[in-house]
Amino acid sequence: MVELKLTKKEAYMQQSMENIKSNTPFSEFWRKFKKQKLAFVSFFFILFLIALAIVGPFIVPYDIAEPDYNNVLTGPTAEHWAGTDAYGRDIFSRIVAGTQISLYVGLTSVFLGALGGTFFGLIAGYYGKKVDAIIMRGCDVLLAFPGILLAIGIIAILGPGLGNVIIAVAIFSVPVFARIVRSSTLAVKSTLYVEATKSIGAVPRRIIWKHIFPGTLSSIIVYFTMRIGSAILTAASLSFLGLGAQPPSPEWGAMLSGGRDYLNIAPHVTIFPGLAIFITVLAFNLLGDGLRDALDPKIKD
Amino acid sequence: MSQNLLEVHNIKKYFPIKKKLFSKKKEFIKAVDGISFTVKKGETLSIVGESGCGKSTTGRVLMKLLEATEGKIVFEGNDITGLSDDEIRPLRKEFQMVFQDPYASLNPRLTVKEIIEEPLIVHNIDKAKRADRVVELLEVVGLNKYHANRYPHEFSGGQRQRIGIARALAVNPKLIIADEPVSALDVSIQSQILNLLKDLQEKYDLTYIFIAHDLSVVEHISDRVAVMYLGRLVELTTRDELFATPLHPYTKALLSAVPVPDPTVKRNRIILKGDIPSPAAPPSGCTFHTRCPFAQDRCREQIPEFREIEKEHFVACHFAEELGS
Repeated sequence: MVELKLTKKEAYMQQSMENIKSNTPFSEFWRKFKKQKLAFVSFFFILFLIALAIVGPFIVPYDIAEPDYNNVLTGPTAEHWAGTDAYGRDIFSRIVAGTQISLYVGLTSVFLGALGGTFFGLIAGYYGKKVDAIIMRGCDVLLAFPGILLAIGIIAILGPGLGNVIIAVAIFSVPVFARIVRSSTLAVKSTLYVEATKSIGAVPRRIIWKHIFPGTLSSIIVYFTMRIGSAILTAASLSFLGLGAQPPSPEWGAMLSGGRDYLNIAPHVTIFPGLAIFITVLAFNLLGDGLRDALDPKIKD
Repeated sequence: MSQNLLEVHNIKKYFPIKKKLFSKKKEFIKAVDGISFTVKKGETLSIVGESGCGKSTTGRVLMKLLEATEGKIVFEGNDITGLSDDEIRPLRKEFQMVFQDPYASLNPRLTVKEIIEEPLIVHNIDKAKRADRVVELLEVVGLNKYHANRYPHEFSGGQRQRIGIARALAVNPKLIIADEPVSALDVSIQSQILNLLKDLQEKYDLTYIFIAHDLSVVEHISDRVAVMYLGRLVELTTRDELFATPLHPYTKALLSAVPVPDPTVKRNRIILKGDIPSPAAPPSGCTFHTRCPFAQDRCREQIPEFREIEKEHFVACHFAEELGS
């Protein structure tokens, strides 16, 4: 048997380590994240929005599609908290019901975009050379279009509708994620532990999946959160332009569009859906900022 | 004499320097410029040299992490030089590496268990056997099973290097290439790790290639020592021979720089003038002539052959005989 020579300190550490609960990377992250007050609040606000998206349509006080011609374009009152629109429908109920649509569009489109972008980014970053050149030039082409213009172009091909909005937003999220993931991949790929894994004889798939992907995950999460905000905004813009959700859908962008003609006499018809978009996008951006600070290994407290 | 585990024939590793626009001439950093040696089964061969002399590159070429530009590597009688990544993969369990920096060579997101288990997974060891093997390895390197579920950042440098060694040992390799395994550690920890390496060598009949720049460390662990300068070997012999009668002027200078823990001893230090020349444009003839106190015209023109002057004593110097006496 090999003689084990441990210093006193090591022996002591060993002893104490048996008792102390291990610090997982997650508990470390959570401790840092709690210090980001704004992000922390945003996080709970977003949880609230998600809950609202699930139960919202069942708990709203008014039917969201039933017109009420006795109460057309009334301002905020005790009965109609956010007033009514041109058909007398309760705006507050419609906003609550619309949460589902906005979150659904934002999450799925960015998720699809992140999925594709992460795949291409990992491949481009790990294999380099020609694969990298082809993928990244493709991304450059897509990034050369202004986002909303590209989305309009894609919808022009696929036709208007919420499903196609999701596809359009997903497609123009792909190059953004590909770039971010590629740059993190390059950084992680050059680390010694990846070299060590190679020297063990691991196959590329294992190296990418077990070592490089987890290393890029923090930047993916940060960008994911930030992109949701802009995806919701883009989806609302497309709906506003009549390319996304169609009336009478309570999509926030479509509601804005519906209130546009009454801006002078009934500003509340546009203000409240606008506020909903504003607060939601802001919450996602703040959460993204906070996550970045909490996940960045360089910022030590 | 025991058989050769590894034979290295004239390997070279050139890194292309970025070409300038419109310039057709390709330039290279000659990190390793034609070195040959053999490693016998069960011995420890140290490769020493100052920073930038190509010793780590040599280690990486031997590990097949870098592809040699030229030359041949023969491992247990098989030429492994031209093998593709897929062909070399199953052979990798025969030779493993211990890295210099124990902080960077362990993935911070994996637990110690996952790190040590990885080579076992890669080489398709049964799941049931893996858990036992991890505990066994931890104990072999002087840690214990309670450490298995911790993360690398919870360990000291010395403990991390133990984890790195456990990972290298996991698949029962025959050859371990240790790239400055102790240079990132405190002096007090260094000797523990060196003793661990020695014990393991005895226990598992390992062969080491030990890359280092610290001669006192080398003296402690090696059987034979190769001295490298600017991508070439200048001297290769047994440890006792090298420390007693070094023949190459560069080796002499290196040895004279080893600190002696006795303030009353007056040392005769050979101070080399100048810096190590750029490996992109190495000096003509003997690459050491720019700094050699004995350089003559012949050294500037003719590349000295790496020749066996005495048994087991190779030197690349035109005047080794005269300087030795």
